Amino acid sequence: MAAPTARIAKRSGEHGLGWLAVSPALLLLIGLLFGPVAAVLLFSLTDWQLGSFTFHFIGPANFRTLFTDPTFWKALSNTLIYAAIVVPGTVLLGLVVALLIESSPGLRGFYRAAHFLPVMSTMSAMAIVWGTMLHPTIGLVNRALGVMGISGVNWLRDERTALLALALIGIWQGFGFAMVLFVSGLKAVPQQLYDAAAVDGADGVLDRLRVVTLPMLGPVTMFVVILTAKRSFEVFDSVRVLTQGGPNYASEVLLHRLYTESFDFLRMGYGAALTVVYLAIVVLLTLTQARLLERRVHYS
Amino acid sequence: MAEIELRHIEKSYGETAVVKGVSLNIRDGEFLTLVGPSGCGKSTLLRIIAGLEAQDGGEVLVGGRCVNDKRPKERDVAMVFQSYALYPHLSVFDNLALPLRTRRLSFAQRLPFVGRALPGCGGIEKTIRAEIEQAASMLDIGHLLHRKPGQLSGGQRQRVALGRAMVRDPAVFLMDEPLSNLDAKLRVQMRAEIIALHRRLGVTFVYVTHDQAEAMTMSDRVAVMMGGELLQVGRPERLYRDPEDLRVAEMIGSPKINVVSCADWTALGASLPRGVDGNTTHLAFRPEAVGIAAPGDGRLSGVVASVENLGSDIFLNVALGDGRGTVVVRTHPDVSRSEPGRAVGLQIDPACLLQFDGAGMRLRQAEKIEAAA
Repeated sequence: MAAPTARIAKRSGEHGLGWLAVSPALLLLIGLLFGPVAAVLLFSLTDWQLGSFTFHFIGPANFRTLFTDPTFWKALSNTLIYAAIVVPGTVLLGLVVALLIESSPGLRGFYRAAHFLPVMSTMSAMAIVWGTMLHPTIGLVNRALGVMGISGVNWLRDERTALLALALIGIWQGFGFAMVLFVSGLKAVPQQLYDAAAVDGADGVLDRLRVVTLPMLGPVTMFVVILTAKRSFEVFDSVRVLTQGGPNYASEVLLHRLYTESFDFLRMGYGAALTVVYLAIVVLLTLTQARLLERRVHYS
Repeated sequence: MAEIELRHIEKSYGETAVVKGVSLNIRDGEFLTLVGPSGCGKSTLLRIIAGLEAQDGGEVLVGGRCVNDKRPKERDVAMVFQSYALYPHLSVFDNLALPLRTRRLSFAQRLPFVGRALPGCGGIEKTIRAEIEQAASMLDIGHLLHRKPGQLSGGQRQRVALGRAMVRDPAVFLMDEPLSNLDAKLRVQMRAEIIALHRRLGVTFVYVTHDQAEAMTMSDRVAVMMGGELLQVGRPERLYRDPEDLRVAEMIGSPKINVVSCADWTALGASLPRGVDGNTTHLAFRPEAVGIAAPGDGRLSGVVASVENLGSDIFLNVALGDGRGTVVVRTHPDVSRSEPGRAVGLQIDPACLLQFDGAGMRLRQAEKIEAAA
């Protein structure tokens, strides 16, 4: 009884067993990731409207419309501006707060938790709170500015400040994460390096930062920058809740545009084309991250 | 003049006293080693001399001046760390240049990109370069100047760390177990190089190690620390032949000194040598002070438990009866009777017997113990 089954088992057993073990994860991956991506790529070449039962292949027409649509370019440039404000802001603020927390002898746990809370919070709920705070007359922000003698603007309804307001909210939400990563990076800096720097004469705050802290934080900084850049490209909740892309597309961003086209205007084909472009950008960012981090993995 | 004086240094971390009232005078130009087991406070003491830790009590004087409130960079000391502590993002050249640049360039000149363009920088950089090349050639790392520490071997990193200390031309070299991270062969080689360096520079060296062999071979004087206290300071030979404390006797010398308590001595049926002080509780003797004789001859007897053949010497581990411990005997390879399981007698040179009382302190009253017949 053992012999024939053993022979069959030896031939295909190990292969079969391997596939069996991987199949649940594989099915999920196909169903939830590869499948939908393939579907999106497919739909970007059609004119399907959400709700209709038929669609026609129209080739690259969606992409042509996309690249000649000024709203798309506005959304793209807004997203880039948003990232350009949020990434340096988050990284700098996270670094400064991490340095301050690590240099203080007490209450470290409390400060870390307090600054991390925005990261844990639900953005859409927080966006509503921010919306109230940014109200031009009764909002907390303008009233605080008024106390200091500065007249506040209509943050979310003014074309010039809408994107900036959203970017600041984005920084507020994200810097806690950067801070936590920097705190762990700071803990990994060996104390003997600071001692060596002190004996060598570099014992002032700026000297220590220049000679020891910032260079040793190099890999962490790069990781934080790429991560923050990816997250800033994914901004949606605050835009949807607070400005809906307005006024006059001043705060329109890629993901929000995608959503509006697909689910408000029901132009799924066009939305799919937008998704493809968006996907390409995100994949590019991820590949850049992988490349850069590969080269700078370890110091001695 | 770079003599160092430590007066009643105290240091505690919370409840634990790590350094307990240590006073020590280190002469100018001498090579002094602080030796002791892990946790005895020697590294802490070194860091206090460097100024990296502030002592809770006592004074540190360098060259006759009190440096208690002086920061490390003002104390004219250079330190070599156990992990070398080289700046990993800088090349070897920049590592060596950093202490010089920090001293000689102004704050503006030290700014990352802008600073180099400022006037006066060029001249300073030239002198720095010349000094670094001189130090690098002395340490044989001239061909490594463009590399980063991550691309160097352990021995090369050690030399760069030494070079970084040397370029500052300090009054005192402090070394915190610099050879611990090296393999045995490299350690022996670097030992010789450090000794040669000391001879060439003539600067005061304070060296911390847990390895008594390093302490014995490298130092002018050795200071033994244990449990935060300084037990004895003296020349290596003195510590070997004339220890003040049982702990010092056990620390110095390899293999460890043989210690047999008087209780065990009499329990084994042997008679105590004449002239042994009444307060003696422990008798200690070095492995080379013991001779192998036929069983029954000699003061003690036992059975050979194991043999360690080092080529030039043979060390026998002789088990005394009743589980009263083992005695290590150094013998010549030609001596027979060195097989495991053999019963032997131990003849101990009475002039080499060291007596210690119950507290571990050396008793010197009966200097001459008469040999039994």
